[in-house]
Amino acid sequence: MISLQLPILQVVIPLLGAPVCALFRSSRSAWALSVALAWLSFGVAVALFQQSWFGGYVSYEIGGWPPPWGIEYRIDILNSFVLLLVSGMAAVVVPFAGRSIEAELQDDRIPLFYAALLLCYTGLLGITVTGDAFNVFVFLEISSLSTYAMIALGRDRRALTASYQYLIMGTIGATFILIGIGLMYVMTGTLNMADLAERLQQVNNTRTIRVAFGFLTVGICLKLALFPLHLWLPNAYTFAPSAVTAFLASTATKVAVYMLLRFFFTVFGAEFSFATMNLDLILMPLALVAIFSMSLVALYQDNVKRMLAYSSVAQIGYMILGISFGSINGLTAGILHLFNHGLMKGALFLALGALVLRTGSTQIQDLAGVGRRMPWTMGAFVIGGLSLIGVPLTVGFISKWYLVAAAIEAGYWPIAGLILLTSLMAVVYIWRVVEVAYFGVPLAEAPLASEAPLSMLLPIWVLVIANLYLGINTSLTVGAATMAAGQLMAGW
Amino acid sequence: MNFLGLFNYWLFIVLMMIGFYVVISSTNLVRKIIGLNIFQTSVFILYISMGKIDHGTAPILMDGDVVYSNPLPHVLILTAIVVGVATTSLGLALVVRIKEAYGTVDETEIHIQDPEF
Amino acid sequence: MTTAALMLLCLATPAAVALLLPWLGSRPNVREGVTLCGALLLLLWVLILVPRVAAGDYSEVQLLVMVSGLEIAFRPEPLGMLFALVAAGLWPLNSLYSIGYMRGNSEQHQSRFYVCFAVAIASVMGMAFAANLLTLFVFYEALTLSTYPLVTHKGDEKARQGGRVYLGILLGTSIGFLLPAIIWTWAATGTLSFQQGGIVAGHVAAGLLPLLLAMYMFGIGKAALMPFHRWLPAAMVAPTPVSALLHAVAVVKGGVYAVMKVVIYVFGIDTLATTGASVWLIWVAGATVLIASLVALTKDNLKARLAYSTVSQLSYVVLGAALATSMGVLGGTLQIATHALGKITLFFCAGAIYTATHKTEVSQLNGLGRVMPFTFGAFFVGALSIIGLPPMGGTWSKWLLLVGAADAGSIAVMGILLLSSLLNIAYLTPVVARGFFMPALGEGRSRAGGIREAPLFCVLPPMITAFGCLLLFFMIDPLVAFLAPLIEG
Repeated sequence: MISLQLPILQVVIPLLGAPVCALFRSSRSAWALSVALAWLSFGVAVALFQQSWFGGYVSYEIGGWPPPWGIEYRIDILNSFVLLLVSGMAAVVVPFAGRSIEAELQDDRIPLFYAALLLCYTGLLGITVTGDAFNVFVFLEISSLSTYAMIALGRDRRALTASYQYLIMGTIGATFILIGIGLMYVMTGTLNMADLAERLQQVNNTRTIRVAFGFLTVGICLKLALFPLHLWLPNAYTFAPSAVTAFLASTATKVAVYMLLRFFFTVFGAEFSFATMNLDLILMPLALVAIFSMSLVALYQDNVKRMLAYSSVAQIGYMILGISFGSINGLTAGILHLFNHGLMKGALFLALGALVLRTGSTQIQDLAGVGRRMPWTMGAFVIGGLSLIGVPLTVGFISKWYLVAAAIEAGYWPIAGLILLTSLMAVVYIWRVVEVAYFGVPLAEAPLASEAPLSMLLPIWVLVIANLYLGINTSLTVGAATMAAGQLMAGW
Repeated sequence: MNFLGLFNYWLFIVLMMIGFYVVISSTNLVRKIIGLNIFQTSVFILYISMGKIDHGTAPILMDGDVVYSNPLPHVLILTAIVVGVATTSLGLALVVRIKEAYGTVDETEIHIQDPEF
Repeated sequence: MTTAALMLLCLATPAAVALLLPWLGSRPNVREGVTLCGALLLLLWVLILVPRVAAGDYSEVQLLVMVSGLEIAFRPEPLGMLFALVAAGLWPLNSLYSIGYMRGNSEQHQSRFYVCFAVAIASVMGMAFAANLLTLFVFYEALTLSTYPLVTHKGDEKARQGGRVYLGILLGTSIGFLLPAIIWTWAATGTLSFQQGGIVAGHVAAGLLPLLLAMYMFGIGKAALMPFHRWLPAAMVAPTPVSALLHAVAVVKGGVYAVMKVVIYVFGIDTLATTGASVWLIWVAGATVLIASLVALTKDNLKARLAYSTVSQLSYVVLGAALATSMGVLGGTLQIATHALGKITLFFCAGAIYTATHKTEVSQLNGLGRVMPFTFGAFFVGALSIIGLPPMGGTWSKWLLLVGAADAGSIAVMGILLLSSLLNIAYLTPVVARGFFMPALGEGRSRAGGIREAPLFCVLPPMITAFGCLLLFFMIDPLVAFLAPLIEG
């Protein structure tokens, strides 16, 4: 029985937890409840993934109203793969947040923080499960509004301005998406994605639909921080609390990429998006510029968090690049990197969070000598970094392999070269940190850092091991990505 | 092209552009929020207009052959209005905090204090 | 035991040593005992494997599937077996030597040193038994990363600089050229398995073969083909045992071994010979041989001189591969073994001299040979082998390379080989000559009484390897017979 209710449970579990958390006085109990809910919903995601792995899709009619009138949750392999990532990251980040947030926030705000975190999580899950275009907007705003609030909780006053900046840009993006959805509704009279996909076939040569396509492209690209619409991201990631950065970096932009896939492949159809609207001509150059320029900018950052943030923008470029090839292999590479990048950036930002707890700084020179005093944390950072670079036996290598193979298959030799060149740039910016951490001599007045507490090391190492395991045994990730790509190209 | 018939849509575009312009051009953080509000409101008009059917009436069941307006966009936009209110209040709350932290709500002055922005 | 199990044991033994060592940090004797036991066990496995491979047992074992249709898989064959034998044979000696050196110089972080060393050996074994390009690449990178902490062992600014160049060039070339070359090969042929006769023939346009070959040759930065040789001298900041094993044996030999493997099993000698895709490589390798020898002449620092000598000697192997003749390939392959023995002897001696006298420059060595006769004697034997004079093993590899050049009809290559031998004499013999024949320096004379032969652990290994050089001269027939399958059909 309960297995039929899984799609709605996925969203409702954290949604109901949020107000309860807000009522708590004790930060410990809010944390404990959040951990329990995050793990529970991870279990739900695993069960859903299990169902969709064997083909077909799970459809859930909210309130028993049949689609296309009612809201339908529709879960195929792509959704459930993204759900697995999002809920998996939540299951790891929320336990980590306990100590990290305690150190970075005022006590009375902590229960509210968990409420916001659960809401944000709900929103991200909602975007992923829903099969209704307008519902996407609603969940998008749920996650965005709580994200703004969480970013503003950062210790630095610049967190406020970063949050404000993101609020303005994010709202414009979301409103663009709303306009796009509205224009599609005008032409088709439906909001159900599967229904839209069918009905758009008849009207997709009209100007209205093309305009809708344009609005959606810009709106979604704003949310996923595609160059040059990424301006909000570096500041937001830099000044948000460490746990928030780790969570957002590994989930929020990934869900936005999912939105892009869902709208352009499922709703509009690959044929229309690529052959008629030439989406690749927009996405590919932007992705290339993002990869190259943001890697370059990352080289010159002295704040490790900001450096990783710029690297995230570059990495999003890889995903979009894979998607822009418009081929099965490119799409597989993009989806694969979406998942893998979540794992590696999560590990890196969590390790950085542990370093912040002990050294109180994200400036590169303040990390001098931590390699010897926090061997487990720095070890995790190094492995995460190697994964980012794309060294064999890590997930990063698998992503790079598929991406380069897709580029070569499509005959884009210079692009394959650029992908590898930027991997080398990643070597440089990761190794700057490694050198300082292991060979740097700490300043005399620097606080004596000791190893991070177990409650932080455990989540970090779970991710590190996932990075290694899924880099060696790729049947799960590659299998899911290949299936998802196949389904996307075929339409629903 | 029936200009008057599309009056609402023209209004939508004009309002959208005004709102967008205010968001971009203004350096005052409160004004930016006002601009954002106008921008969002223009979309409300778009949705409300698309639900209206010529000579249609409110969708309350009545006897006889009656043309109803489409209620769905109106319901949708209720949600969007709620979202808009939430965004506005959150934005204004942030502005209050920024004022406390920087002593100003002007972007250029904040930029002088913190060059990142 | 099956061949497959033996190969996995070869990987697992050093890996187990690496896992065990961190727990033994407080007990140095146990730690070093474990290292030695692991080294001897590994040698045992390899020695059991050799006759099986000689008998033609090339059974494959697949560990796991990594990327669609591509496995991490192992399969023994003569070339890899030779490489494994060289590395496994020299690890025990090197461990003995490391104990003497690390204790004699009271180095820091000794546990980390032994752990990384064991990981590096495990990576070497992975490379040696690799059944396809992907496996080779994976372990190639693992070797680079595991040796980085060894190179930067001292942790000072100079070590950091050296480490940066080391990692930068090795990772840079491998990600920048080798990886795309592998993916290209895969995209074109649909396989990455090593096969006798090559896999690219008929799949890649003949006009593009030189480009693909270039991506492989420069991508394998460990082969130190100019202009990507800078990492080798930079890595000399490492402690001498590291330089000895990793930069005379494991890392550089891993590079040229990979070059040979690619030439024989990916391109195929016949394909290269008929298409002429490797002609350019002859000139690049030849130039590297000569230029590096000339640079070595100018170096006063003993280790730097040996480093450039290594750059030069490595290109002999590449040259042998580039000639694309049976004798050239055989000579190049033999050079892997003979140069390993010769060069490790020289490095061991350099380290022994440093441990005993703390002298690093060639010009400071005057008269030391009379106080340290065993060390300098071993150095002399190693030098002879490198130069290629009988009765040392190095003679044969040089000879076969000359024959290979003659087969290819290349007078110029023969000239390069002869000229290089002269240069070898010019930069290696002065070390010995100074030691034995020049009077001790004024400052040194008063101290000469204080200088004694290096500790036994430091002197014994070079003497054993020097003896190995001698032995190789007389034992060459079975070795050639063992390698014969490489050049068949």
